[in-house]
Parts: sequence; structure tokens; C-alpha cells
Amino acid sequence: MNAFWIILTGALVATSCGLLGVFLVLRKMAMVGDAISHAVLPGIVIAYLFAESREVLPMLIGAAAIGVLTTFIIEFLYQKARLQIDAAIGITFTWLFAMGIILISLYAGQVDLDQDCVLYGEIAYIPLDLWITESGQIMGPRPVWILSGVLLLVLLLVLLGYRGLKITTFNPEYAAAIGISTVFWHYLLMSAVSVTTVVAFESVGAILVVAFLIVPPATAYLLTEKLHVMLLLTVVLGIMTAVGGYFLAVWIDGSVAGAMAVTSGVFLLVAVLCSPTTGVLTRRFRREGMPLHLED
Amino acid sequence: MSDFFTFSDPNVRMVTAGTVLLGVSAAIVGTFTFLRKRALVGDAIAHAVLPGVCLAFIVTGDKHPAYLLVGAVIAGWVSLLAMDYLTSRTKLSTDTAIGAVLSVFFGAGILLLTSIQHSGSANQAGLDKFLFGKAASMTRQDIWVFSGVAMVLLSLVLAFFRAFKLVSFDPAFAHSIGLPVRQLEFLLSTITVLAVATGIQAVGVVLMAALLITPAAAARFWTDRIQTMLLLAAVFGFLSGVFGSWISYTAPAMPTGPWIVVLLSVIALFSIVAAPERGIWARIRLQRGNTRKILLENILKAFYSVGEAAQTFTTEVSLPEIQEQRPFEDRALRKGLRRLQRRGLLENKGTDTYTLTPAGLKESRRVVRLHRLWELYLTERMNFAADHVHNTAEAIEHVITPEVEAALLKELGHPILDPHDSVIPYPNPQKPTT
Repeated sequence: MNAFWIILTGALVATSCGLLGVFLVLRKMAMVGDAISHAVLPGIVIAYLFAESREVLPMLIGAAAIGVLTTFIIEFLYQKARLQIDAAIGITFTWLFAMGIILISLYAGQVDLDQDCVLYGEIAYIPLDLWITESGQIMGPRPVWILSGVLLLVLLLVLLGYRGLKITTFNPEYAAAIGISTVFWHYLLMSAVSVTTVVAFESVGAILVVAFLIVPPATAYLLTEKLHVMLLLTVVLGIMTAVGGYFLAVWIDGSVAGAMAVTSGVFLLVAVLCSPTTGVLTRRFRREGMPLHLED
Repeated sequence: MSDFFTFSDPNVRMVTAGTVLLGVSAAIVGTFTFLRKRALVGDAIAHAVLPGVCLAFIVTGDKHPAYLLVGAVIAGWVSLLAMDYLTSRTKLSTDTAIGAVLSVFFGAGILLLTSIQHSGSANQAGLDKFLFGKAASMTRQDIWVFSGVAMVLLSLVLAFFRAFKLVSFDPAFAHSIGLPVRQLEFLLSTITVLAVATGIQAVGVVLMAALLITPAAAARFWTDRIQTMLLLAAVFGFLSGVFGSWISYTAPAMPTGPWIVVLLSVIALFSIVAAPERGIWARIRLQRGNTRKILLENILKAFYSVGEAAQTFTTEVSLPEIQEQRPFEDRALRKGLRRLQRRGLLENKGTDTYTLTPAGLKESRRVVRLHRLWELYLTERMNFAADHVHNTAEAIEHVITPEVEAALLKELGHPILDPHDSVIPYPNPQKPTT
């Protein structure tokens, strides 16, 4: 049963992150996603300090705000201070992450977070964090419920906002011309990324969030050129990663989050080598095959 | 505070020496990383060295910093190759390649690290210091290794300074003058990996990017010269190392690494805001100054037009008359008028009527002259139609320097009329002839 809950948690995170990650990868903003996933740390610590009951809603609103703030600081450094974009991203997230670590050390007694947990989470403890209703009924692990809620939000965003996200991703000039606000969709996407990150943070840590945001969408991108196929493939790959990662972790006796990240990397490697359209080996195979055809 | 700065405590000496050595070498190497726009590659390398460290421990069973360093450098190199491969051979964009390599390698590192921890090896304690740095618990052995690495890095940078500079700024040019660009880039990447692999022991994996690029980014705001930039970056790395150690000495619960990064960020923030010329504050002031200069010159031109129409420049001009010549925003106009008065270019006679002073007349003639000279230049030399030149002249009249003016006069031979047959006003009306 524990294995089921752990894999389910991983699959939920993979699906939410992957759906958003597709748009990050296509918008060439993968590293902004990485930055947000680190930068939410001080927000999480502050939320722990103020909301002892760990209420979900204020946490989510705070998370969305911090994500938008991070993007805003990056844009400010890039456009107003004219700092090159890679340095703007690097300075912003390291600064916010350092502040988060300092806050954790400062309130070590009050905050139930430790440094390692921030990086790679404790997905293995998820089955222990049960949600028990007032009547005493056990509803299953609490994070699974919260993650399901977030997945629902992300699904709503992607389904209802499909057209807006698609147009602003592929053709921002055209979007602006027909009156679709690129800024609105940009910040909406960023808030969704931060909400997902914050919720996933506790259970799987920063590193798995980044892995799920970037690697399955990148793998899917190598396999298809159609957006809806890419979204579907990302979800399938994410779930396969969660399952494979769990068993790898059991086999090696290591962190589940780390193992899932490695598994996603294995899928990426396979796609790089063997993608039917762009795979390195596929192309080499075709090149070698071609002269024969020509001689025929 | 004095306890710390006498450096009598050997532990203080050790920690400070370690953080300063790492901070300064990372800052110097990072300057090239920054100039080559590879800040996030540095971040990825920092994450990617973790599996190398773990594998080195698994193979040797020893935690000697030199062994771990070798493992780290190899893993860092493999990650660089992986990023290059993904970017050049697949359709993935650079940032996706960086993010993918970063998370997968780091995930592998975490997997190995936890696996080592679970194996119960007695020797493994402390390996996890790589995640967040271990500035506060550096040993003599560490300092020796760090000093050695710092020496190697510094002498390489000194020896190849000119070549590194060229490769960072303009690889195509470097190639054309016969420099071995690929080998130099290889060398630069190697010293980056080396600096990162040692630096993470001070601040940890996640914050390493800051040690590498924040000093360089801050230094960039103060100078355009790479030598000065290297020196400033090194000074920033030094200062944050010293004060980061001091903070964790006075408050032992405070982690050194994150404080170093916060100090660096504060230095960077200060530079971004306050640096002369490139800083935000300086640029805002320059912009305001330009806006004001343009406003004042436009007001003077309006006075000149009123005077030109009335054929006398000594009459009083009222606000509506000015607004008729050129629509100004009311508040801006009043502010501009007050400022012109203070500069002695306008006189206030009666309520809301103004007259040009002799100095004001001279200045207004100068602006109008530049406007009309430029219009003439565009029609005569650039073949613009006479009705297409006004807007360009409106913009350029505010920035033409006396040198450019002299050149224009010479080029056009001190003309008398502009394309619209208005007289071009000269400083001394009697003198000009063709």
C-alpha cells in the first residue's frame, strides 16, 4: 500500500509539473521554472512561521505571489538594470534561496523543515501523513489530496486556457495583434508553476520538481511536433518515470526523488538516441541505409 | 567583533582563509563565465558534480578532499559534454538542455548519496556537506587543497589572460587571428569546473552559481575594463568571504554559505542601483536631465517663434501665446518657465507674461539654428523632401554638439535660409555671408 501512495504522489507531481513544463520548454523558459522552484523557499518558511495550522489556501496564494515576484525581479534586472538574462536568473534565485536557508536556521525550532528535505523532500514519509476527518475516518495521505487538487487546477488551466497558452507560446506577435495579452498568460503560467512547486516541495523537494518540469516535456518534444500529442506524451512519460523511479529507489536503497529524476533522464537519453524522427542513432541508421537505395 | 578580526583563534583563521580563497578564485573564474553568458551553465555544473563526489567516495572509500575533487571535476566535465551534445545535436534549446542535465545529474547524486548513507558506512558522515557547504568546519587538509586549486586557477588566468579575454568577448575574431579557440574554451571550461568543484564546499551546490557570477555581475556595473572588473569581482568575493565568516562566528547558528551569498547579493544590488553611469539611479538621472533639457529648449523655441512672427524679441509673451506655438503640458510649462527664469534666460514682467533676456535670446537662436541647419542638411545632402524633415530635426536639435554644428556649417557653407525659407539665426546677425 505504501508503494502505491508513493507512486501515486510521484505521478500526481509528474502530471502537474509536466503539463506546465511543456509550455516552459516551448517558451525557452525552463531555467525560469528552475529559478522559481528554488525561490519559493523563503515564502514556504514564512508560511510555516505564520500559518501554524498549515492552511492550504493562504499557502497557495502566497506561493503564486512569490512566483510572480520572482519573475518580476528577473524581468526587472533584465530590462531595467540591463543585466544579461542568465545572470539575472542566477542572482535572483540564489539570493532568495539563501534567504530561505537563513530563515530556516534562524527559526530552526519553529519551522518543521530541514535543509536536506528542501532539496530532495521525503516522499517516503507520505503514507504517514494521513488526513483523518473529524469523524475519525482515514481518508489517505493528506499530500495526495492536495496534489490532486492542484492537478485539477492545472488541468483546468491547460484545458480552458489551451488556445491562449498555445498562441502566446508559438506566436506572441500574432497573439498581441488579435488582442490576447501575452503578459497575462505569462504571469498566469508563472503563478501556476509556483503553486505546483510549493505544493510538491514538501513531498518531493526542489530537485524532483525541476526534473519533472523540464525532463519529460523535453523528452516528449523530441518525439513529436504536435502540442496536444506532446502534452499527452509528457503525462505518460511522467507516470512511467514515477513508477520506474520508485522501483529503482527500492533496488538501490536511496532517495525516491533522486531515483525518479534519474529515471526521467534515462527516458530522455533513449529519446535522444532513438526518437523515430530526430534520434541520433535513427538518423545514423538511415544515413547508412541510404546509399544502398541510391545504388538500386 | 574584535575577537574575530585579530584572527587569533585558529578556527577563525581556517574558516576565513577557506571562504576567502574559494570566494576570490570563484569570482575571478566567474568573470569569464559571466562574460561568456554561461552563468546558468555554472549552476548546472555545480549540481552535476555531486554524483562524481559520491562515486569517488564509493570507489576509494575515503573522504580526502583531493579524491573527491577529482571525482567532482570528472562529473562536471561529463555534464558539460552532455549539455553541449543536447544543444548541438538535438532540437532542445540551451536552457532546456541546462535544466535537464542539472536535474538528472543532481538526482543521480542524491540517489547515490542517500544510498551511501543507508549503507551504514561509518566513514560517510560529512559527505552531505557538499549540499550546503561546510565553511564552518573546514580542516587544515581542506585549506591546503583549496590553496593549491586557487594557485592553479590564478596562474592559468594570468598566463592566458589575453587569450581568455579575446575568447570571452569575440571568439570569431580570436579564431581569425589564429588563436586555438577550441582548446582555450576547453581550458576555460576546465577552470570553471575546477572552481565550481572546490567552491561548492564553501556554499553548497545550489548557491555556487552566486559565488561564480554575482561578484562579476556587480563588478560589471562599475567598469568597462576587464582588468578592473576582475579586480573588483575578486574584492567583492574577498569581502563577502570575510564578513560571511564573521557573521557565522558571532552567531554560530548562522550558516556561512548562505550569508556569503546574501552579502554578495547586497553588493550586487547596491552596484545595480548606485553605480555611476550604468547604475539605475544614474540612468534615471540622465534621462530626467535629458527630458528637462528638451523641455527647456522647446519652450525657448516657442518664444523665438512668437518673436519671429512679431518681428521683435523684446515684447512680453503670455502663456496662451506660447501654447499656441506648441502645446505644452500646463504643469511642465510652468515648471520649465520657472527654471528658465532662475537661469536668467527669461524675465517675468507682470502676471504670467515673460520676455527673453539677451542670454535667453542667444540660446533660443542656437536651438532654432540647429533645427533649421539639420532640416537643410537633410534636404540638400540626403535628398529628403522638405515636408519630411521637421520631425527628425525636432529630435536631433537637442543633441547636436558645437563640433557637429561647425561641421554642418562648413558642409552647407553658412546658409541663410532653411528649406521652408525661414532665416537661419546666427549668433552675430551681421556677420554671415555665403
